[in-house]
Amino acid sequence: MALTQEEVLAGLAELVNDETGIATESVQLEKSFTDDLDIDSISMMTIVVNAEERFDVKIPDDEVKNLKTVKNAVDYIVGAQTQ
Amino acid sequence: MAEKIVITGIGASSPLGGTAPESWEGLLRGDSGTHRLEHDWIDELDLTVKFAAEAKVRPSEVLERPKAKRLDIASQFAVVSAIEAWADAGSPDVAPERLGVDYATGIGGVWTLLDAWDTLREKGERRVMPMTVPMLMPNAAAAAISMHFEARAFAHTVASACASSTESLANGFEHLRAGLADVVIAGGAESAIHPITIASFNSMQALSRRNDSPETASRPYSVDRDGFVMGEGAASLVLETESHARARGAKIYAEVAGAGVTADSYHITANDPEGRGAIRAVELALAQAGASADDVTHINAHATSTPVGDIAEYTALHKVFGDRVHEIPVSATKSQTGHLLGGTGALEAMFTALAVMNRTAPPTINVVDQDPAIPLRISAQPIALDNGPQVAISNSFGFGGHNAVVALRNMN
Repeated sequence: MALTQEEVLAGLAELVNDETGIATESVQLEKSFTDDLDIDSISMMTIVVNAEERFDVKIPDDEVKNLKTVKNAVDYIVGAQTQ
Repeated sequence: MAEKIVITGIGASSPLGGTAPESWEGLLRGDSGTHRLEHDWIDELDLTVKFAAEAKVRPSEVLERPKAKRLDIASQFAVVSAIEAWADAGSPDVAPERLGVDYATGIGGVWTLLDAWDTLREKGERRVMPMTVPMLMPNAAAAAISMHFEARAFAHTVASACASSTESLANGFEHLRAGLADVVIAGGAESAIHPITIASFNSMQALSRRNDSPETASRPYSVDRDGFVMGEGAASLVLETESHARARGAKIYAEVAGAGVTADSYHITANDPEGRGAIRAVELALAQAGASADDVTHINAHATSTPVGDIAEYTALHKVFGDRVHEIPVSATKSQTGHLLGGTGALEAMFTALAVMNRTAPPTINVVDQDPAIPLRISAQPIALDNGPQVAISNSFGFGGHNAVVALRNMN
């Protein structure tokens, strides 16, 4: 069964925390990965790869550059799940 | 006269303890860091050698997780020991452009590389993490230390197998003498107790197979020694020009008085039977220290506990010191720590600095029946050094024919 936006956000926040140490409650939908959370490209790719496994989705490399905010990523994952 | 180079900070994570003082105390107690390995892969792979000297404290227990996640375990050990050494040195106030790093590893991020290979084969390309290469590269530890301490003078890496971190100390000494920095963090790290390295060293019959008594397996100079014991960990030393250290009122452990680095050009793994490269390395270190062979009061030998290596080193030492070598207190500290490969030289130089400072040569354990062909002066108990000036050498020799020796002098 597909996960809700809230469930994906919670799961993504755990992956961000695991990679960077950023508190899960700081991973909010409107936050920018680079500007607000200070996540570099290597950590971003690590999070993406871990998210693919966790949520059983594919996130093409070309798509990663469009994932500027946490909401972008959550929405993409929610959409990819239902396809 | 060239400026003196001194040691003002020490740090270690070793099979004897998670810090430099704990390692030193364990050494003086005569602890053995060697144990049977409890990993599933020991029995799954039915490895011939089932023991090693793992570090007593996992660095992931000390480092913050985000920092640890970006470092191979060898680099984690490096950073842990460097943080300790830096704090011990009193966190010197030095411009980033005057702080350098000379670090070493023998093998690099072998766990990262082989874990990634497993991941690639089991889960496919997509699951190979982007940090794989930056973690496995041999300069990762030097880079991590440089970033952690804002060291911008330089960040060099030496890889000369088991001579690596004595050579990195030699480089730090030379770089400071050349005026390239005021302070250098030098040392070496290794975490290569992996089934591949165990299998390979075992295949070349270099490892002890004493599975029935791991704690006593590393027994340099014993007549029944049967190979070395793999160790793990790191040691870091803060090296500094004496003027810089004095100006800030730093405590000084010892002077790095000289260093000798040579190459055998003989065989990829075997010792030159005449020990020519080793002899020259000792002589170069002493000449640079302005010391003669007669001045030497203590030797921390390479002494890995292999049948041929121990005798080869003794032969070289005898040629340098003559029969007086039988009177000099010698410590074969690998009897307790195992062999940290690229980390071993820095750890042993640290022990040597503490030995001359405290006038105490550490024990050599597990020698029940000393090889009559190697009549060096060793003891299962610490040996008191005399009240006079102390000049000690710490030797390291590595596959590839690398020889590195540092000469240390007490400051009293």
